[in-house]
Amino acid sequence: MDLVYTEQQQAFRAEVRDWLAANVPSERLPSFDTAEGFEAHREWERTLAKGNWGMVTWPTDYGGRGCDLIEWLIFEEEYYRAGAPLRVNQNGIFLLGPTLMEYGTPEQKARFIPAMASGDEIWAQGWSEPNAGSDMAAIRCRADRDGDEFVINGQKIWSTRAVYADWVFGLFRTDPESSRHHGLSKILVPLNSEGVTVRPIPQLNGLPGFAEIFFDDVRVPAFNLLGGEGEGWRIAMATAGFERGLMLRSPARFQQASKRLVALYREHGSDVIDPSIEAAVVRCYMDAEAYALSTYQTASKLCSGGSIGAEASCNKIFWSEMDLLIHETAMNLLGARAEIEPHTAAEFAELGTWLDGFMFAQSGPIYAGTNEIQRNIIAERVLGMPRK
Amino acid sequence: MNFTFTQDQLDFQEAISSMLRVEVTADSIRARWKNESGVDSAFMQQAHDLGLNSMLIPESLGGLGLTPVDFILLAEACGEVALPEPLVESVMVTTPSLVDILDQGLGNADVQKVIDGVLAGEVRVALGHAINPCINYADSADWFLLPDGDGVYLLPKEAVTLEVKTSVDPSRRLFAASFAVSDAYLVADGDAGANLQRAMLNRGALASAAQLVGLSRGMLQQSVSYTSDREQFGRAIGANQAVKHLLADVAVQVEYAKPVIYRAAYTVGVSPTRADFAVSHAKSAAGGAALLASRHCMQVFGAMGYTWECDLQIWAKRSWALAREWGDEGFHNNRIHEWLLRKNALLGPEYTFGRSSLTDKANAG
Repeated sequence: MDLVYTEQQQAFRAEVRDWLAANVPSERLPSFDTAEGFEAHREWERTLAKGNWGMVTWPTDYGGRGCDLIEWLIFEEEYYRAGAPLRVNQNGIFLLGPTLMEYGTPEQKARFIPAMASGDEIWAQGWSEPNAGSDMAAIRCRADRDGDEFVINGQKIWSTRAVYADWVFGLFRTDPESSRHHGLSKILVPLNSEGVTVRPIPQLNGLPGFAEIFFDDVRVPAFNLLGGEGEGWRIAMATAGFERGLMLRSPARFQQASKRLVALYREHGSDVIDPSIEAAVVRCYMDAEAYALSTYQTASKLCSGGSIGAEASCNKIFWSEMDLLIHETAMNLLGARAEIEPHTAAEFAELGTWLDGFMFAQSGPIYAGTNEIQRNIIAERVLGMPRK
Repeated sequence: MNFTFTQDQLDFQEAISSMLRVEVTADSIRARWKNESGVDSAFMQQAHDLGLNSMLIPESLGGLGLTPVDFILLAEACGEVALPEPLVESVMVTTPSLVDILDQGLGNADVQKVIDGVLAGEVRVALGHAINPCINYADSADWFLLPDGDGVYLLPKEAVTLEVKTSVDPSRRLFAASFAVSDAYLVADGDAGANLQRAMLNRGALASAAQLVGLSRGMLQQSVSYTSDREQFGRAIGANQAVKHLLADVAVQVEYAKPVIYRAAYTVGVSPTRADFAVSHAKSAAGGAALLASRHCMQVFGAMGYTWECDLQIWAKRSWALAREWGDEGFHNNRIHEWLLRKNALLGPEYTFGRSSLTDKANAG
């Protein structure tokens, strides 16, 4: 155990910090759930890609820097410290990218990764269906093989970023005789294909952050099948594991938020008469550090050749509940002003983005597997409690 | 930057854990309750033969020269079996405090003598601190390290008066200690004494934090086993989500207390007087996890959990005690609160491992 950054790691941090200082847009970008904001965020992805900062852990051949996970954490720390824009490319680089690297053919990697890295193709995810939410194995959306093509029919829902994205990846039933997690395949579909209808769904904040996607005889080349036919569930579990396990929510995000919370508390703490707020602020700061420490532990383990254990399923519950507490506490510090949506610069200075963050925090315990499902997983797979 | 244990550290933990699981059973703990001294001498000899008493003593003094990081997993393992004897406190708190005294050129001739006795396995030292009203297992100590104001005194047992207190935990043998202040026993005072006591507090809180995580894990294991066997409505009660979720919540808290404790162990190893934040976080997180564990685990045991016969009480009651010894959650949260409000506090993601993590050792030289 050596908790000192190496000279090389410190130099890397300095390089990231300098680049971000010179390149992060000084003006707040509009939300990426608006057409204008989406394109502004796509531009930012292009800027990142030009500097080879789009996904630092990727090999240099794919526009990355071949960084290890400790360097990735350092990058993320500096990224959130700099207040850089949210990643509209997240579905692609964090979820599909790693899967493509592992399961894609050389041709698929060449076709999809560079365009993903550059921000030219932004990805939506297509897991859930109206009758397949927590029970993802109930997927019914069909992809029937027809020569060199798949013909897709059915419906996906809660597809994040689908309103403005270019492509969707998801699980489809390629074997019509199959049931549950058998006979599913992972297929990549251009959202401008004939027969695709995207119906935006406004989220809690009124903006269409996700959508329903209807597939009506949509034809895609068999080339777009990722991994083997019928292998979809296994591949999806690998992605879901990765998502929950490490990269979906980097600790720096919460550390930066809890640092802002301490600042808000310093500013308004004396106006507040509720003594439980002090305890909540302390709790938030501690939890954000605990999450960072746990992630460093996992990253160190992976860097020394170990693997992520089942205990990683504890992550999602921990960060989603922490995110709620951070934002609830900020709302309590703002008191009756908390409901005001900031529009002017003066309002942003006074109110920050706490309200927006508070609304988003409501979704944390729900997406990427509800926390109730996570508790079942922990009980059965980590603790070894009986399934039935 | 490498936040992992070495294979040697993990192997040693495994070896000690296996030994503990065999030697320290619930039955052997209950046997201690009826034994006059409360000590299993054969076990203590075995622990000494394994080198535990000398682990944190520098090589220059005849010890193994290891660090709190080397011992922290063993401390957890001792908690996991609810070891009654204060072995963890001796190794992680009392002995290093004696070493601190020598290192700082303080003390008297007795200090070296007592350390030699500890190395030989012939002397046991008990430590008192203003934050704790009592001393556990004080009746089996040969020497005492006790505070008075900023002063720290090393006294033979003959110079100390003990008053029995009864703990809710039958494994704990509590005594209030008092002594007539005399310069003959003084080993440090003034700023040096206050600093020693501050280091003791951090070492003590770290020692109980590690045991609390072990205790939580012990309670979880017993609860998983019980709820897998016990059937109602024709199936194991552990198949019910309401039961699963109670235990999953504990597992999450325990999982996130561990790395916090490891950072604290590392920080105490670097400088025990500059580890307040890391240690307070560890004690707060571990205490919270263990108290949640004791409550949820007792719940899933149903009426059995409320009986004397059920072994869960051994772990639950220890948790109630250790969560509050060496500063309760409120005390430690308060220290963090004060730290967060400091003008020069280093907040933010780049400071997870403190300022020293960002200064290259070679350059700091």
